[in-house]
This record gives sequence, structure tokens and C-alpha cells, in this order.
Amino acid sequence: MTLTKSVLEGNRLALARLLTQVENDSSEGRAALAELFPHTGKAHLIGVTGASGTGKSSLVNQLALHYRNSDVSQKRIAIVAVDPSSPFTGGAVLGDRVRMRDLSGDNGVFIRSMASRGSLGGIAQTTAALAQVFDAAGFEIIIIETVGAGQSEVDIARLAHTTLVVEAPGLGDEIQAIKAGILEIADVLVINKADRPGVESTERALRSNLELAHPTQRVFRHHGQSISITAPETSSTLWLPPIHKTVATEGKGIAELAESIAKHAAHLRQSGEWAARDRARLGSELEAVLEEALMTRFHENIPHEKYEEIVDKVLSRSLSPWDAVKSLLNGSSR
Amino acid sequence: MTEKKIRVLVAKPGLDGHDRGAKVVARALRDAGMEVIYTGLRQTPEMIAEAALQEDVDVVGLSILSGAHMALAPRILELLKSNGQTHVKIFIGGIIPDEDMPRLKDMGITGIYGPGASTDDIIKDVREAVK
Repeated sequence: MTLTKSVLEGNRLALARLLTQVENDSSEGRAALAELFPHTGKAHLIGVTGASGTGKSSLVNQLALHYRNSDVSQKRIAIVAVDPSSPFTGGAVLGDRVRMRDLSGDNGVFIRSMASRGSLGGIAQTTAALAQVFDAAGFEIIIIETVGAGQSEVDIARLAHTTLVVEAPGLGDEIQAIKAGILEIADVLVINKADRPGVESTERALRSNLELAHPTQRVFRHHGQSISITAPETSSTLWLPPIHKTVATEGKGIAELAESIAKHAAHLRQSGEWAARDRARLGSELEAVLEEALMTRFHENIPHEKYEEIVDKVLSRSLSPWDAVKSLLNGSSR
Repeated sequence: MTEKKIRVLVAKPGLDGHDRGAKVVARALRDAGMEVIYTGLRQTPEMIAEAALQEDVDVVGLSILSGAHMALAPRILELLKSNGQTHVKIFIGGIIPDEDMPRLKDMGITGIYGPGASTDDIIKDVREAVK
């Protein structure tokens, strides 16, 4: 296919077109993904998530600027910015580019906006596939910005190597709300808008939550005596999410944040977790593809009338769904 | 396969700071089921062409109230063409004097809308243009 060849050669128009095909999950897109697959697996995928209005887009803008202008390695950066689709019309207004205007005119940066298209996990169904295309096209850092996420939009953690959770002062109630959800997926925590009042209490709340979430450290009290637990080998493989304070609109705290992200990548590689995460991600992708293929094969093998007949039996309660499946599977294997 | 969505870039080139119209149109297109990439104020033609390329849009909607349309429109057309995006249709909304309209159409602008234009007409024309 010539489109994939042009993408591998660095043609930006071909890349943009291929991204559309992959996003639409067309058969051409799928064929291209298969061709590009051997070229993937090199990029560092960084997820950026957090509630709406915490400044995710501005932060992504500054991070990308930092990588392009201050980092000696001058890595090529792809940004996938996801915004929600309307549940009623399927339309979307994708506005993340508004905060990323500083990046225009740099050929080492490619920004693609994406609508969630009904997916509820904070990213779209094909966001991972888009990241794969960028990876194959030689972008060394791929930043994925999720929709404004509150509690359970944690799909990004399965996709990204390093997940940033962005908070802002004055969202105290939400910090309570996120305790069990999004905070757990953070590899690096960011308190953006750190020039606003309330930053200390936000930091305190995050830090205490972190300590609850990572009880492997510190001192335990036992019969009034403190016993410090020095975890054995695990302590060297344990990553404690650092908390960074940033003011994205002014670029404050960005260099330190980038340093933590690099440290996290190094930690993942040293501890073997990089490979483990990749394996888990590819495993679940494989499973999804397999599931779909099995369903397609199943429906090809079983006559539509027979299937409907069995659904009718379930409807009239003369057959339970579990017995129905047994009967369907026996029918299809013959 | 999911259905093919119409992707529209809504941009505001030039220096005037009124983006109410652009936002109304962006929202109307959204409600018509399209995916609208909104880029905000004070975009240069280069920024607009770059965004149109990266986003692989079918349509670019320009909001121009400054009177600079005879300079901005041909420049954006030229940049889109040199990027290989000859299929992209351009619509302009804003204050465009009657005598400029035929010249803009001759250049290759698909639709021009002034104050009071109906969003239903815009939606219909966009759908028609990308068919």
C-alpha cells in the first residue's frame, strides 16, 4: 500500500489521511495498521488526564514546547487530543488546539484532535490505533490528552506508559471524589494553576491520598512503638508518584515536570515494567481483535433464522440465556 | 466500520477579536453531527493551513470581519493547494461587500455568508459540498 509507504517516509498529508482511515476503522485503515505494526513499539506514550478546566491542553502545549526548544534531543512530538462527542447528535467541537497555537509552524510537532465517538473511558475506541500510527511514523513522544475526566475514565492508564493526572486548586470536593478513581492511575501528579490560592491544601490532600494509596512505605505504630518498615527489594522497584506544581500559562514548573516524566520512563525500563505494560496492553488488544473475529465467524456459521428462533425462546422464558449459548455453540461447531 | 464524519476546521484569521459568529456556526455544525475543530482567534493563513492538514478536514470555515478577506482568502487557498489539499472546500462568514463575492467565488471559495445567514443553509451547503 502506497499510503503506509508515504507515512514511513514522513509525508505529513499521507499521515493525516491514514489517521482518518484508522479513526474510522475502515478496512484500508486496518490493513495499514497491520503493515505498520513492525515499526511500532519505540515511542514513549504519555497520557494527560484530569477534570475539565484544570489546564490539560495548556500543559500539553508547554510540555511539547519544552521538548522541542529546551531538550537537547529535540524529539519529534505527536499530540492526540480527545474531546467528547455529543451523545445526541454525534457531533463534537474539538477545542484543544486553541491552547496549542505556540506549536504551529514546527514540523517536528503533529497535533490531531479526536472526538470520543461514544466511548466512555476518556479516550476514543481508536485512540490507541492512532498512537500506533504516530509511533510507526517515527514520533518519539506521543502525548495523549483525554476528555475532561472525573472518576472512572481510566482507560488512558492502560494505553500510556506514563500517566499524568492534572489537578487545580479550588477543586477540593473533587479531590475527595477522585480518591478511589483517577488518582490511583497517576504516575506523576500535577497541580496546575499553582499561582492560585488554595494550592497548599490541594497539595496536602493529594499527598495524604497518595500515602493511603501506597501504604508500603513509612513507619507503623505497634503498641506505641514505631517500627519502621524497610521493604526489601521491592523498594527499589516501587515508584512513588511525585507531585509537581505548575503554572502552564507561564511555563512555570515545566522543566521539572519533564524531568520526572523522563525519570519515570527510565524507572519503567529498569524495573522491567515497560515490557510488562506493553505486554498487557498488546494482550488486551489481541483479545479484542480475537473476540471480534470469533463473533464474526460465529455469525457466519449460524443461520440467522436459527439465531432469531433462539432469541425468541429466551424471550418467552422457555430457554435460559446460558442454555441458549450452549445450544448455539454446539450448533455452530457442526 | 463507523460512519465517516464530516470534519470542519473553524478558524478566525486576521486581527479582529469578535468570534461570536464563528462560535455560533461551530455549534450549529456540531449539532448537525459534524466534528468541528475550533482553533480560536488571530490565526495566520499558515496556521490555518497547517491545522487543516493535520486534522485532515473536509471543510475550512473562515470568519472574517476585518475587511482583509481579499488578502487572506487567496493566501489560504494557495497554502491548502501547495499542501496537496485540493479537495478541501472553503466557506467564509462575515462582512463581505457584494462586489467582492463573485471574485471570491471565482478564486474557489465555495460559500459566503453575511449577517443574518441561516445556520440551516450553512449546514445544507456544507453537506452538499463534501458529497
